[in-house]
Amino acid sequence: MAKKKPKLAVWKFASCDGCQLSLLDCEDELLALAEEIEIANFPEASRAFIKGPYDLSLVEGSITTPHDAERIHKIRRSSKFLVTIGACATAGGIQALRNFKDVNEFISIVYANPSYIDTLQKSTAIADHVRVDFELRGCPINKAQLLEVISAYLNKRKPVTPAHSVCMDCKRKGIVCVMVSKGDPCLGPVTHAGCDALCPSYNRGCFGCYGPKEIPNTSALSKEFKRLGKTNEEIKLAFRSFNGYAEPFRKESEAHEE
Amino acid sequence: MKNKKTKTIKVDYLARVEGEGALYIKIKDGSVADVKLKIFEPPRFFEAFLRDRDYKEAPDITARICGICPVAYQMSAVHAMENALGAHVNGPLRELRRLLYCGEWIESHVLHIYMLHAPDFLGYDDAIKMAKDHREIVERGLKLKKIGNQIVNLVGGREIHPINVRVGGFYKTFSKTELETLTENLKWARDAAYETVLWTSKFSFPDFERDYEFVSLSHPSEYPFNEGRIISNKGLDIDASEYEAHFEEVHVKHSTALHSVLKERDAYFVGPMARYNLNFDKLPPIAQEAAAEAKLGKECRNPFKSIIIRSIETLFAFEEALRIISEYDEPKNPFQETQPINGEGFGCTEAPRGMLFHRYKVDKQGKILDARIVPPTSQNQKTIENDLRAFVPKYIDLPDDKLTWQCEQAIRNYDPCISCSTHFLKLNIERN
Repeated sequence: MAKKKPKLAVWKFASCDGCQLSLLDCEDELLALAEEIEIANFPEASRAFIKGPYDLSLVEGSITTPHDAERIHKIRRSSKFLVTIGACATAGGIQALRNFKDVNEFISIVYANPSYIDTLQKSTAIADHVRVDFELRGCPINKAQLLEVISAYLNKRKPVTPAHSVCMDCKRKGIVCVMVSKGDPCLGPVTHAGCDALCPSYNRGCFGCYGPKEIPNTSALSKEFKRLGKTNEEIKLAFRSFNGYAEPFRKESEAHEE
Repeated sequence: MKNKKTKTIKVDYLARVEGEGALYIKIKDGSVADVKLKIFEPPRFFEAFLRDRDYKEAPDITARICGICPVAYQMSAVHAMENALGAHVNGPLRELRRLLYCGEWIESHVLHIYMLHAPDFLGYDDAIKMAKDHREIVERGLKLKKIGNQIVNLVGGREIHPINVRVGGFYKTFSKTELETLTENLKWARDAAYETVLWTSKFSFPDFERDYEFVSLSHPSEYPFNEGRIISNKGLDIDASEYEAHFEEVHVKHSTALHSVLKERDAYFVGPMARYNLNFDKLPPIAQEAAAEAKLGKECRNPFKSIIIRSIETLFAFEEALRIISEYDEPKNPFQETQPINGEGFGCTEAPRGMLFHRYKVDKQGKILDARIVPPTSQNQKTIENDLRAFVPKYIDLPDDKLTWQCEQAIRNYDPCISCSTHFLKLNIERN
């Protein structure tokens, strides 16, 4: 008898759908992958739904509503191995910019009838609510890394997703440094690798899609930005974007609050 | 007596759409008492947190509204900003933007045709199950999608949330030789897209038509992407700056999002079928030929046939990409310098799912003071509900599971992208 395939589930919270789309963007691998793993819950792609428990859960998006804060616990209970995919799930995402302001003011800017809106004060990472077995970074994630995570899971090994900086990849690729040569601010020295130094290879500074690398020296980078003539406001905005609520970036942006 | 009863059709989590939505239909005494397309995508407040950000950040930030059509957000954002600053991007930079949009239309349309919508017509839960019986067809779809993504990947830097778009142009441009690396695949894809038109035209379509008001951009000489007036088949003809004088978003109590309506009339229809009906004569000959071979006239009012129109637009996008590459000359500078001024700008471009409106107010320091974004799905929402109201009575005698699936298919006609959540509300699902 054929071996039972592990069950995969994909879950969505507040997000843009881009990270789960990365799975469907694996055009060359998708059908082969479906032979190794049973896609048990993936509403973006299928109307079929197979009940849990699930062997591998991929969680996209951040927690922003009371209902979602409950739902993630149910998902955790039905998942043997839970992987968060993308900046929303690992750091609260761009919608965590609300965390620096009063959310009620935000609601009244966007909606005519604020009383219909049911939302939390803060947009938070999945790991703030439940235990997470592995975090995959990026806004969006890198689909090769997603395949690596799934394949590592299937082969019972640890995924290889290097934690060094974008700056290291950039040097390795031999790209001329945009900060040194053009004076463009670049978050590459403090940002987690994963994009293969994409922005510098397109003539622009890194803007931090993959969030902080391990032990980033953000204050040294801010000093360098100052030397390039950047204001406190500009430095604050640079750290406060897609991963703005990840602690090292949050602290650095708050240090430049005026 | 038959049908003298109340029944409810509920789909608590709509599948094969982007984002989180639900469907609720109440049938009383054989007629439709209530239809609600419910959106429970959590609000993300883009328009609020865009305030105080720098104008140059708008394309990167608004891309994050939707992972399926980030290019559309980038295009509407840069055009609105350039409108505010009095800049106008022409020549090869303009062409590169059209090329990038071709890539997005292809990846988004092919995703919908092959993976989200065709399974409905052929009776499968998803494309993976469909591949068990139709492997070559699904592989053709995946290959087409991949080639669309190759365009976005090269011109934009990556498929999802491209990084190369900026106010005034691009960060990096390309030599003709670099773009020509795409040509061989594009030629194969153009043929495969033609086949796709014929393949989808052979599906069986419910007999369903309504008298829609179609709204799309219209350009004097091009099938519309980034420029043109906003027109309709019922007499609308306005500039993007007049958008808010003619359209309004109604905060309906029962549920869902802000429903966008035309103030003078009511619900309207955006997306491939609207563009096709209003711009058929701007399609290149090969796309018009395919339409004729598919026995689709210059006008089509059956939303179930939108899958054929999406295929025709995919064919157009491959043809257009090939044209752009063959006529391309690398520009001297990748972008025009822009200087912030106190101003207001409007941008309306054609996202794969329809017209996407952006408006920004900026100050002379470059700070965004105010932003407004109206995504295509919130514009179609009322029309989707109206379709269901008209559709369900015709099929009311179907068993519940079949009727439910038909209703889901009717919603998927619009390729709704609920993640474009700027205007969508959290709501509670009613349960009996």
